[in-house]
Amino acid sequence: MTTLELRNVSKKYRIRGSKEMLALDDVSFTLESGKTIALVGQSGSGKSTIAKIITQLETATSGSVLLDGVPIPRRGRALRAYRQQVRMVFQDPFASLNPYHTIRHHLERPLRLHHVVPVAEIDAEVIRLLERVRLAPDLVERRPHELSGGQRQRVAIARALASRPGLLVADEPVSMLDVSIRLGVLNLLAELQRESNLGVLYITHDLATARHFSDEIMVLNSGVVVERGAADDVILNPQHPYTRQLRDASPNPDVLFAKTKGASRA
Amino acid sequence: MSFFLRRAAFYLFTAWAAITINFFLPRMLKGDPITAYLARNQGKVSPEAIDSLRILFGLDNPKPIWQQYIEYWGSLLSGDLGVSLSKGLAPVSAVIADALPWTLGLVGVSTIVSFVIGTGIGTFIGWRRGSRAEAIVPIATFLSTVPYFWLGLIVISVFSTTLRWFPASHAYSKGTIPNFSFEFIGDVIYHSALPAFTIVLTSLGGWVLGMRNMMVTVLDEDYVTVAQAKGLSPFRVMYGYAARNAVLPQLSSFALSLGFIVGGTLIMEMIFSYPGLGLRLFEATLAKDYPLMQGMFLVITLSVLVANILADVVYAIMDPRSRQEAAS
Amino acid sequence: MSVTATGVTDAVPVSVSGRSFREGFSMFRNAKSITGLSILAVFTLLAIFGPLIAPYDPDAIDLLHRNEAPTWGHLLGTTHMGQDILSQIIIGTRGVMIVGFLSGIFATIIAVLVGVTAGYVAGAKSEALSALTNVFLVVPGLPLIIIVASQFEDPSVVLIAAVLAITGWAWGARVLRAQTMSLRNRDFIQAARVNGEPLYRIIAVEMLPNLLAVIASSFVGTVTAAILAQTTLAFVGVTPISNWNWGTILFWAQSNNAFPDKWWWYLPAGLCIALVGVALALVNFGIDEYVNPRLRSAGMRARALRKRGFKPSDGATAVADTRN
Repeated sequence: MTTLELRNVSKKYRIRGSKEMLALDDVSFTLESGKTIALVGQSGSGKSTIAKIITQLETATSGSVLLDGVPIPRRGRALRAYRQQVRMVFQDPFASLNPYHTIRHHLERPLRLHHVVPVAEIDAEVIRLLERVRLAPDLVERRPHELSGGQRQRVAIARALASRPGLLVADEPVSMLDVSIRLGVLNLLAELQRESNLGVLYITHDLATARHFSDEIMVLNSGVVVERGAADDVILNPQHPYTRQLRDASPNPDVLFAKTKGASRA
Repeated sequence: MSFFLRRAAFYLFTAWAAITINFFLPRMLKGDPITAYLARNQGKVSPEAIDSLRILFGLDNPKPIWQQYIEYWGSLLSGDLGVSLSKGLAPVSAVIADALPWTLGLVGVSTIVSFVIGTGIGTFIGWRRGSRAEAIVPIATFLSTVPYFWLGLIVISVFSTTLRWFPASHAYSKGTIPNFSFEFIGDVIYHSALPAFTIVLTSLGGWVLGMRNMMVTVLDEDYVTVAQAKGLSPFRVMYGYAARNAVLPQLSSFALSLGFIVGGTLIMEMIFSYPGLGLRLFEATLAKDYPLMQGMFLVITLSVLVANILADVVYAIMDPRSRQEAAS
Repeated sequence: MSVTATGVTDAVPVSVSGRSFREGFSMFRNAKSITGLSILAVFTLLAIFGPLIAPYDPDAIDLLHRNEAPTWGHLLGTTHMGQDILSQIIIGTRGVMIVGFLSGIFATIIAVLVGVTAGYVAGAKSEALSALTNVFLVVPGLPLIIIVASQFEDPSVVLIAAVLAITGWAWGARVLRAQTMSLRNRDFIQAARVNGEPLYRIIAVEMLPNLLAVIASSFVGTVTAAILAQTTLAFVGVTPISNWNWGTILFWAQSNNAFPDKWWWYLPAGLCIALVGVALALVNFGIDEYVNPRLRSAGMRARALRKRGFKPSDGATAVADTRN
């Protein structure tokens, strides 16, 4: 059982000159293994900043991030242990894999860094990881540019899972993919989440998938959490005007379906 | 910090660094030719001159280094660069003052001419990409890799020794006294023709290639396509849209490579016995006249800095963004 | 909504994978780079085997054959002392190549250390390194080299190379800094940090391979500048004129009034310098086109258009027709 808690996290960015921009304002929530929380908001709402603070690519200006009650260590072995537990899938699979290195390199590194399996078993583990994300084992010697977007994102997911983490941050994992393969990748994520009892923070701007794939939804607007609750409640009965606005702006499959039914089939 | 403040800070820092390098260079190098010179010429050098050399070069100076450094600055700020050992103990500042205008005239003018012509040619062959005009590219490449001094000697052989069209050396005819008559100015231009031509010829290639590559890159941008789709005349698209944007990186690389260019063109003065800083530096080197060499280096560096500031101002005029952001 | 994983169906055709060694050299796989590298290979062979190939001792004085134009006995003629000029050029190749490449290596090491560090660290440290780089860019190199070199009685080859490197690393560092800064914020570097990779591995394993083209191009640029500067120094007489290189040949030619009549004395040495310069420039063009594919396609696409009767500078419609 792994628990990640954000307590009153705020983040200020300095912009040119002495101006400041408040990207996150007093955000608190808890992510546990086995649960999926969707973080919804439009671009610029601070979603990615939360991802960066959780993965320690950025540090919070104030507030704290606790893993099982312990603040994130600054450096050294303890930080590495944290990185083993908390992993991330990036938005753009065309940018998140190093164009110079093979797929093997990408999957091998976390295995070696976190001593997941004995050195002799690394090759077998790489193949096993590829199979877990439904990729053919013969891709190991390929380079990212030889793979499609969907394949790359699967590699990125395999890389995130390689260290056998407790928690996963997925930052808009399908928004750069073709519509036709998005569902496949999301289903894979959901399946892996169940298998490994992962806690997932699913960052998205798509309310429909947020509702379908998560237990809880948090709505973020200009760095403030304006609404949170069980997925169905937030979607079906939004309390905050911003949530309603978001819902009305997104193409809802149910509504669309109703409309086509209502109209006489041409 | 605003753009101008940042640039000003950079220039002050660079000027300080150049002056400090000048302070430490003679102190780091072992062997002390100046002491040897003074020993050989005891009595001929005035005590004041020895004193200023002591400050500038740290000769058997018992004072702590920071105190030497302060005294060194004091001398510099009062315009005292020591005395030249090879020019009859004339003040270094006077020797430099005689040489500087000639260098500014020859190297300055021909560098600007070369930049303007080279950028113009680059604009044209970038615009007409794939056409016969691209035959200029290999020629430009060749010219930019030929040693300056070698081309200078060949130019002299052809146009002076063989054809006898232009004089091969000096800035004006022997026996004339510098003045501002048309006759004298004409004589100066006549004498500078060959060195200026050689400088333009050798430095042209770099500008042609740089501008051509920037043009080819810029021409693929959407705003150029839109300008063409609007039906603007090709001439306006070429100058107003493509070249206008392509010239900005060209300008900043002009500013930054000035040090390199000026260093190379100084060699031309040696070849053409042109009485500027380059020739004096060469003479000072042969005579092991260290005070003069140091002073030369300082003045050359500061001139390049001033030229950089000018290039920056032109950049700022051409690119309104630079007033808000630091364009580095 | 049906919930089944699509598996490997979203596949694209893939080519045979290359090994990472070959991948690192792909920037040289084009006609321009290959031509340039071939010319350099010839000069490198001359530098290595020069003493075996040279027909005469370059210093050997032969008073019976003085100031001779090229003959079968002396393919490039002789000097005022009857020394064989071809032998001087062949022997002199070594000095030129050693100083050029040595100073290229030194300068590239400095450029990578300073440039990549300045690009990776942020804030004041980066600004300080960048200011240092700019100072070295602005300070005129050649006068400084002349002053430093002239303070030594008999500067060694390594010393000359080191001085040239100290005045020549700044351009490469500047380009590398800019490139590193843009790499640093790329997702795959962030992903490596999230992986828990240590800093040295992020720089050496994740970043450096992606900077190879820039490093190669700055190396080539420094070698070119170093060869020009070194031959200039030798010609001016600042470095010892007893060591043969192409600059010393020109020094002797100039001081013995070879210009303009004794063309065999001064033309070959100058042309050799230019030829090495052109070869290095060709390698750099190849790298440029590899890094910026627009440069490569510019010529080919425009020529293709011309064949079909369009003028490439003519506007949007013609260009739009050939997209793809």
